[in-house]
Amino acid sequence: MNKWNKFLLVGLLASFGVACTSTSETQTDETQTQQDAQTDSRSGAQDQTTIQSDPFTDPSNPLSTTTIYFDFDRSEVKAADREVVMAHARYLADNADVKIVLEGHADERGTREYNIALGERRAKAVSQLMLLQGVSQSQIDIVSFGEERPVALGHDESAWSVNRRVEILYPGR
Amino acid sequence: MMLKKIKLNLLIVFLCLSVVSVPARASLTIDITLWLDNATPIAIVPFGWKGVGSAPMKMTDVISNDLSRSGQFAPMKENEMIETPHEGRDVNFATWRNLNMKYVVIGKIKMQARNSYQIQFQLFDVEKGSQMAGHSFQAKENQLRRLSHHISDLIYEAITGERGAFDTYLAYITVSRNRKGQNRYRLAISDSDGYNEQILFESSMPIVRPVWSPDGQRLAYVSYASGRPQIYIQNVFTKNTQQLTNFKGSNLSPAWSPDGRHMAMSLSKDGNSELYIMDLNSRRLSRVTRSYGADLEPAWFPDGKSLVFTSDRGGRAQLYRIDVNERGATGRAQRITFDGVENLRPSVSPDGKRIALVHNTGGQYRIAILDLESEQLSLLTDGRLDESPGFAPNGSMLIYASQARGKGVLAAVATDGRASHKMRFTSGDVREPAWSPYKQD
Repeated sequence: MNKWNKFLLVGLLASFGVACTSTSETQTDETQTQQDAQTDSRSGAQDQTTIQSDPFTDPSNPLSTTTIYFDFDRSEVKAADREVVMAHARYLADNADVKIVLEGHADERGTREYNIALGERRAKAVSQLMLLQGVSQSQIDIVSFGEERPVALGHDESAWSVNRRVEILYPGR
Repeated sequence: MMLKKIKLNLLIVFLCLSVVSVPARASLTIDITLWLDNATPIAIVPFGWKGVGSAPMKMTDVISNDLSRSGQFAPMKENEMIETPHEGRDVNFATWRNLNMKYVVIGKIKMQARNSYQIQFQLFDVEKGSQMAGHSFQAKENQLRRLSHHISDLIYEAITGERGAFDTYLAYITVSRNRKGQNRYRLAISDSDGYNEQILFESSMPIVRPVWSPDGQRLAYVSYASGRPQIYIQNVFTKNTQQLTNFKGSNLSPAWSPDGRHMAMSLSKDGNSELYIMDLNSRRLSRVTRSYGADLEPAWFPDGKSLVFTSDRGGRAQLYRIDVNERGATGRAQRITFDGVENLRPSVSPDGKRIALVHNTGGQYRIAILDLESEQLSLLTDGRLDESPGFAPNGSMLIYASQARGKGVLAAVATDGRASHKMRFTSGDVREPAWSPYKQD
């Protein structure tokens, strides 16, 4: 499955290239474009081997995950999410000029200002793990929006669970 | 300590009026829920009118609604009035006694010149057959609504002995989405009944926690306009704005000291959120708390000698009290709430004897009042996510944020629990209300 995804991704990347060079390509129907693009990517890969999958969009790469979720009123990074945080930390440690923003968020329960403090504590928990990996403090900016910017607007656990989060944002990308 | 739950039976939806209040902006709907036992019956006779055409406004509607919302009065329906006198000599006390009215209000509006009116009103005690209050005013048309609130205050005070708080403002935040799905945040004020909305500040970034200065001239609030939460002060009348904080982290919870010279606040610049007091003249900061948890949402006691605040230093959020002076803490923080899972966002009553708060049991966030002497906690609301309680300046009512039909609305409840009303604005979500002090002009 992963392989197929990667394959499609490369194909899509290549199809953008095709679309750029030949505007008439964009007029053809979708299936046709995709087939063309796949053929093109195979030959392209053989010829130049320059097309690489972007680690931030490759689903098999932990860097492609940029949101960490939290339990209600908690700010500990769950064990399952540590790999993702570590991957970002390694990337930042290797690229000292790259800066990120850790945006903390909370669900709607509790008061607005308490939730801003809670979101900040979550972002700080992620930041703490990164600092331990050798990331410099100056690479990390933290801002908490509390409950002000939910991704899901519902009033039940299915909405709350996705709103309790820290987003790892690369402003330069 | 006991949790005393005020019974929420005998709820009667008494009044529902919908009026376009502000041109092209928002229409306002007020739903009033009352308990009719113990409310004092009063007849507010529609004022007489002498002038060309029809009267500029029906002042008695505003007065009636004010007194209803307080929960302390049950104004008689107009169509049940047998007589509608406009002169004191025409008030037939036997008639009103037979209708079981305790008080009668009469009055008249006289046009004196273009856009100049004389308004007279009198309040009578039906039992004694005597006048309790009588006043005469001059006003322009655009002052009549405010004058109506002022008359409500005079009636309220003459009967209850307590100062009325109808001629006051509310500050609040509205949030609406534009066609692109982007949020628009507005800091607004209105009259205490939700009319006459004025926008003070607009932003695509969140605004939270407006609080009034003790002189009622300025609001402090938290805005994300700079990208992170910072505290600003804005003059309500000139709209002049200054940024008060520029620290890293979260700059939250502004709270003016009673003398207006200091601002308590919660800053995370030194780690987690801690309380500080800023001297507004010198901008010098004094640190108040040092704890492992987040300390925030401070509120001053009226004597300016202590703060009550929210902290999760003990695990979940609870309220603590700490003595302070302008240099910081002068004692240790003492926990003052013990009921329920969480207690947050305190607001101190004007007499310093009660604390309104957000109380969480079983995942329901409701408004409750803690009586500091008896240590009793009384639930006042039954919402799912009620927040931001704040006292009217006379302590008789609380304004708070609630939900209705999936939208954020403002709601008010009498602090004795016997009346509540909700104000719905059609423009979007309304939240974070704050009741102004008495007007000083």
